Amino acid sequence: MDSLIKTIKSGYLWRFPGGVHPPQKKSLSQTGQIKRPELASKYYVSLKQHIGQQAEACVQVGDKVKKGQMLSRADTAMQLPVHAPTSGIVTDIREHILAHPSGLGEQTIIIEADGSDEWCQREGLDNYQQLPPAQILDKIKSLGVAGLGGAGFPTHIKNSRPEAIELLIINGAECEPYITADDALMREHAADIVAGINILNHLLEAKLVVIAIEDNKPEAIKAMELASADEKDIIVRVVPTKYPTGGEKQLIQVLTGKEVPSGGIPADIGIVMQNVATAYSTYRAVIHGEPLIERVVTLTGESISQAGNYWVRIGTPVAHILTQAGYNQPAEGRLIMGGPMMGFSIHSPLTPVSKITNCLLAPAMNELPDPADEQACIRCGYCADACPASLLPQQLYWHSKAREYEKAQHFDLFDCIECGACAYVCPSEIPLVQYYRVAKANIRQQAAENEKAEKAKERFNQRQLRLEEEKQARIEKQRLAAEKRKQTMQEDASAKDKIAQALARAQAQKASRSTDQAKEQAPAQSTIASDSKNNSPKSAAQAAIARAKAKKAAAQKADNEAMQSAADTDQSDIEKTAKEKAQAAIARAKAKKAAAQKADNEAMQSAADTKQSDTGKTAKEKAQAAIARAKAKKAAAQKVDNGEHANVVEPIEQSDPKTPEPTVDKPASGETNQMSQQDDKSQRIKAAIAKAKAKRKQLGGD
Amino acid sequence: MNIVLYSILVLGVLALIFGALLGYAKIKFKVESDPLVDQIDEILPQTQCGQCGYPGCRPYAEAIANGDDINKCPPGGDATIKKLSDLVGVEAKPLAGTEEGEQTEPVKKVAYIREDECIGCTKCIQACPVDAILGAARHMHTVIEDECTGCDLCVEPCPVDCIDMLPVKTRPDNWRWQLQSIPVQQID
Amino acid sequence: MNFKIASSPHTHVRRKTPAVMLFVAIACLPGIAVQTWYFGIGTLVQICLAILAAVAAEAACLKMRQRSVLPRLKDNSALLTGLLLGISVPPLAQWWVVVIGAIFAIVIAKQIYGGLGQNLFNPAMVGYVVLLVSFPLSMTLWVPPLSLVEYPVTVQDTLMLIFTGYSETGFSLAQLRVDLDGYTMATPLDTVKTALTNQQTYQEILNQKVFSEGTGIAWFEVNLAYLLGGLFLLQQKIINWRIPVAFLLTLTLFSFILHSASPDGSASTILHLFSGATMFAAFFILTDPVSASTTAKGRLIYGALVAVLVFLIRNFGGYPEGIAFAVLLANMAVPLIDYYSQPKTYGK
Repeated sequence: MDSLIKTIKSGYLWRFPGGVHPPQKKSLSQTGQIKRPELASKYYVSLKQHIGQQAEACVQVGDKVKKGQMLSRADTAMQLPVHAPTSGIVTDIREHILAHPSGLGEQTIIIEADGSDEWCQREGLDNYQQLPPAQILDKIKSLGVAGLGGAGFPTHIKNSRPEAIELLIINGAECEPYITADDALMREHAADIVAGINILNHLLEAKLVVIAIEDNKPEAIKAMELASADEKDIIVRVVPTKYPTGGEKQLIQVLTGKEVPSGGIPADIGIVMQNVATAYSTYRAVIHGEPLIERVVTLTGESISQAGNYWVRIGTPVAHILTQAGYNQPAEGRLIMGGPMMGFSIHSPLTPVSKITNCLLAPAMNELPDPADEQACIRCGYCADACPASLLPQQLYWHSKAREYEKAQHFDLFDCIECGACAYVCPSEIPLVQYYRVAKANIRQQAAENEKAEKAKERFNQRQLRLEEEKQARIEKQRLAAEKRKQTMQEDASAKDKIAQALARAQAQKASRSTDQAKEQAPAQSTIASDSKNNSPKSAAQAAIARAKAKKAAAQKADNEAMQSAADTDQSDIEKTAKEKAQAAIARAKAKKAAAQKADNEAMQSAADTKQSDTGKTAKEKAQAAIARAKAKKAAAQKVDNGEHANVVEPIEQSDPKTPEPTVDKPASGETNQMSQQDDKSQRIKAAIAKAKAKRKQLGGD
Repeated sequence: MNIVLYSILVLGVLALIFGALLGYAKIKFKVESDPLVDQIDEILPQTQCGQCGYPGCRPYAEAIANGDDINKCPPGGDATIKKLSDLVGVEAKPLAGTEEGEQTEPVKKVAYIREDECIGCTKCIQACPVDAILGAARHMHTVIEDECTGCDLCVEPCPVDCIDMLPVKTRPDNWRWQLQSIPVQQID
Repeated sequence: MNFKIASSPHTHVRRKTPAVMLFVAIACLPGIAVQTWYFGIGTLVQICLAILAAVAAEAACLKMRQRSVLPRLKDNSALLTGLLLGISVPPLAQWWVVVIGAIFAIVIAKQIYGGLGQNLFNPAMVGYVVLLVSFPLSMTLWVPPLSLVEYPVTVQDTLMLIFTGYSETGFSLAQLRVDLDGYTMATPLDTVKTALTNQQTYQEILNQKVFSEGTGIAWFEVNLAYLLGGLFLLQQKIINWRIPVAFLLTLTLFSFILHSASPDGSASTILHLFSGATMFAAFFILTDPVSASTTAKGRLIYGALVAVLVFLIRNFGGYPEGIAFAVLLANMAVPLIDYYSQPKTYGK
């Protein structure tokens, strides 16, 4: 590195491949002082001004704010606050169009100026040399200083890299045609810029600072050389005019011959680059305590009568400054924020100026003619000759257009800096950069979607696991409870069975009532359900249906127990009064279900239980069945809200979604009340079939 | 006669040796390849929506591996069908229920619960295959937007129809450079 | 205020595809002029026929493919293809020869591949090779320079020959090639090839009438004129220097080595460079952007590859001139060359 610094000091320059020489047109705005337009009446300060997350607003509608007051709070490292561009009242905080090619909106604080332009309390750090770097960085951050050259990268992050920095490059190349904002700033505030550079270098402790200026700005070069004459670590280096020399990567290549690794940042090779305007606003922030609320903007193009450079507050709607600069809009005109090579056309005159707006270009009709229709690529290769990143734009175009994104990435799509040199030289007027942007956005979106799909899959699997565990736990609990009851009842059968039965009924009713409550909300069923008097018959009917279903299901099972319960079912179909037996059947069916799902020994046990109750005393059987039923219901109710839903739908969902799920679900609800006997019966049969199917599947699956 | 015997013997021994060799190689150099089902599952969008007729993406992946049609995934759209056809070597068909040539670029959606109408029945919570809905019984529910796969499954069970499927909003972050689309003009 | 939305960059170079094509056509003019001077206005007639046929075929194809005809015709690519083919065919070949070639070049070699920018092969060379293979007699009957023939060909003769096959006085083309002494004359390369197979030494061959001071009469001047046009294209940055330079250097190198090794059995470097279609090919055929390589390294490889193939065909092949075949063969290798000659991306 030391020898490199020696070479740099000797004045040696490297060159980067490609590049173009579009007409400069800088003379339009190059002369004269930086002007100060009148205050606007309204300012639109977008919360999102740079890459990274937007900060949270810390003022409310109706608040009175002073010029420079902090409007949003930056909590994380990548966030930056915004500040009031003038004193006034916050009239609204809402979505407003953003200084972004999409023309989409983001949260914006709207301030109505009171005209007094009264500053808030400002506090500079005059003795910054004695202060710890963290404090200076904090100052820079809290005053919202961002890179004013391109992406608006937060300055405090660039200056707090843990890597050792050898070289600080101050970018005053300003290679885009038309723009003279940095040029004007260097001409007028060279000393302040050098002061700002000193602050930045105090933080970085680089061995050498190089101020790079293109040779088309002789006055600025002179001014900067004069201002930095006393600084032995700062040299001004004049670089040849070629677009895009001012690009970070290209300027590094020109000055050092090094390349920033693909996907990396300059700090990886010991270099940090800052824009001259950033150095200036760092100076204003650290020494004067002024937040970044204004910047130099070049207003140029043949549609602007008083083209030149203006101090524009961040948040000023472009319409206001355009009027100030004498803008006559041509019919169907374009308004470009930024330069003609990389700027974007804006959608609305209310678009606010942001921290990264360095130019407003209003060309006349014939000045920058609209591109004609895209013609076929003739593979002339002019684009490859112009590409400063040594890419093959024609291949990227080919694959981007065909949406072969993997191949496009193989041709290093993401190393494209979107400088527009390829599209500039293309004789077929293909909007190459646009193709690359779309491809990049789609690839990023795809990656995000893949990530999301991965997450969704994980969540889905976790859920399946959880449901399975819950089910097992439920079954286990059910079994234990049943056993316990059986024991107690065997001890004291005759006395307790009636009480237990009554209790169970009450519980069952309660359970079904809560089910009804949920069902009540369904619009289709609300009329029935609203009739609360129907509650008890309803629940009875429900119970009956459930029973029948369970019985049918059991009946279709092809083992001896099923045969037994089938007999029961027949019996209960004939004798409606034999409720108890039906209940037993339910208990059996449930037990069977449990058995089917559980390990063998447990299954044996419950089967034995069932048998016992089949052959055993009627009273006991009744009670047992009722309790089992109640327990099952309660457990189901506990699970979520609807026992029927959980018990019936779930297994079906897991095995065969083609079974008529709604028809299974609905008879269990209150709707059945109004069903005719026949409907009821057919529904029951259907449900039973469905359930049986489900069961069979489940068994088969197990 | 002897010659025949010898040849049978020699061939038999050779077969044994090679068989043993192959068997050994199979165990020794076993390749842990991604089974087809996993690869198919990778391609599916993991919305777990069940629109294919299977309860989740994995079961559908298994079904495809067993020879089911590859065109039953509406959330994946044509892109997914194309990838599947490349993987399993079946000709790409238009999405089930659409005509040839019809564009089936799926619109990304997320569920949104109109919260003042929600009665807290938890039905949607049960329906959600990725647990993206938060809430408790008789308390208002809400969708975790980042986790929602837009599968539609929560819309049906909602008793008060308070769930809307809204297209994902385009923000500057996820804007895809559609310059031709007409932006909403702000009148002030 | 309403603004128009456009994608950056908002400024473009003024030189569009039609202009590029036109520049190439203009750069051909010196060569065409010299060719006409030495070989008669047959060349001009052929060029006109070829352009007409090519443009008509292009228009018909675009119509059939339901594309907008006029805007695409205006890209001048069909014109250029016709022009290049017209220059390549013998000046007195019959009219249908060049017409078939032009139609084949446009329809089969270009439009069927998908039109401008999609063709794998150089259309003009496809047309030329098809003619060479299908009508070898017509395609090899180059009249000698006008100064050498016994019966000078008048304008009327030219037109009669092209459209009827016989001159006004009833001579066929073959008869017209006979020199004052009754020898049939061919192009210098053809002469060399034939004579070498007849066991003549190169020095003996150079004594033949078609040569003068070691180069072919007329052909040297024609090549010089195309070199001039090529330099103009280079100066205008229409074409990249890599392909012609690689081509000419490689051809020089190989022919020099062979000629040094066997001065009697092979043509000299100067003959290789300044006879046949060498210069025309170097600047106008090889540099066809669509079918040539597009990377910096690839262009060098492509130019060198064509040179090697030309050298091999001229010296060891069955045809006296091998440029068309060499170009087509190299066209096939272009995707491969492009793939393996990707430049190193910044930061990789």
